Amino acid sequence: MIYIFYFLFYGFFLTAIIGLLASWIDRKVTARIQYRVGPPLLQPLIDIVKLLGKETLIPAGSSKITFLMAPIIGLASVILVSTLLWINNINPAKSFLGDLIVVLYFLVIPSVSIIMGGFASRNPLASLGASREMKLVLSYELPFILAMLVTVIKSGFTFRLGEILAFQAQNGALVRSWSGVLALIVAIICMQAKLALVPFDIPEAETEISGGVLIEYSGSGLAIYKLMKNMLLFTLPFFLIIVFIGGLRFDGIHLLYGVLKYISLVALMTVIRNTNPRVRIDQVVKFFWGPMTIIAIIAVVLALLGR
Amino acid sequence: MSMKLKALLKSAWVFHLSTGSCNNCDIEILDCLTPRFDIERFGMLLVGSIKHADVLLITGSGNRKSMERAKRLYEQIPKPCLVVAVGECALSRGMFIHSYNCPVPIDKVIPVDVYIPGCPPKPEAIIAGVVKLIEKVKKGTEKKSSV
Ligand code: SF4
Repeated sequence: MIYIFYFLFYGFFLTAIIGLLASWIDRKVTARIQYRVGPPLLQPLIDIVKLLGKETLIPAGSSKITFLMAPIIGLASVILVSTLLWINNINPAKSFLGDLIVVLYFLVIPSVSIIMGGFASRNPLASLGASREMKLVLSYELPFILAMLVTVIKSGFTFRLGEILAFQAQNGALVRSWSGVLALIVAIICMQAKLALVPFDIPEAETEISGGVLIEYSGSGLAIYKLMKNMLLFTLPFFLIIVFIGGLRFDGIHLLYGVLKYISLVALMTVIRNTNPRVRIDQVVKFFWGPMTIIAIIAVVLALLGR
Repeated sequence: MSMKLKALLKSAWVFHLSTGSCNNCDIEILDCLTPRFDIERFGMLLVGSIKHADVLLITGSGNRKSMERAKRLYEQIPKPCLVVAVGECALSRGMFIHSYNCPVPIDKVIPVDVYIPGCPPKPEAIIAGVVKLIEKVKKGTEKKSSV
């Protein structure tokens, strides 16, 4: 019973609310950087309500069921991941063996759902976007997992998120070590790619393939995808906070620290997004398999040496 | 007013279609996005795909080739939607009225909700037109609900 509560309240509502708020912060900061006023506070929510009220068009000749199921699969996996993370964060004793690996797997599914939706919609631009998304997933997954390996090694070869948190509560956050810093940098850049934000927004490239994978989605399908992206905007930084910076705590002054950790990660993402041009897909693959992987391997070696 | 329409008016995503304009109107529309006018304050965004749009914004004189496309786009836009015609050309074909290539004005082909005159209209005029459109939609639904 308690798990259903976790699932609905923490996994869905709280994550969605914080995610919508984060997406507002993102848009507002972008607007301020460009000397604009920016949208009002409720704008992301209004967008989603509006999209839910609109007609859902299914393109002729597309595979209907896949087209409609893809956004739901993505949303469901994000809700599951955030539920897992919240449970571990609130009650570290509840974690089970290998939940770190489960989280890593579930974090790929939103990308997979986008790829499915793109290919199912039978639009050349959407297929192009989907194939780009696939290459993006292939490129960032290697350094991301290497970065996670650093945490595993540092916290005494444990695959439980709860034990990682407990380790950090005793010995201080993992970013205090050299390997932790390097791994966090790699993970932040991979997060940018996972969220498909500039400079890695190649699958959606508004100006080249006009929305890319989502081009055929309208109405509730698009609303679910938007909600999924907004929730990822909370889930991914939250995951990094748990793995590297010691999780969120809700007692006294720690609450403030937690909010600060999260806001600074989101602000960092927004600043990266606003100060970079979009790169090409071959450059992305080179970037992630070259420098990023090397940095991640150095971090792993440092972690093995105990630094 | 229903929740649906209320949300629609507060987050109108615009798809911009040029049916053979001289490009001045298009530039004035882009001006609305710049820091001085910033229509994102009202939740308006320019989108790249017609399936995401709520407002079809048409400029230009509507020549033979592009009107076919305009009609097809109007069929593809998810309803409820609004159509805005910007510029003298889109209203009445302006100086191209005697051209062999512009047989009918745009509103003979697709229903237009608001007309914004000018050659080209100032960004202020475009925003004023959009405000009028929002008021019209509000009044329209009030009338319907009172009947
Ligand atoms: S109305 Fe004037 S400015 Fe606009 S497209 Fe026509 S000629 Fe150009």
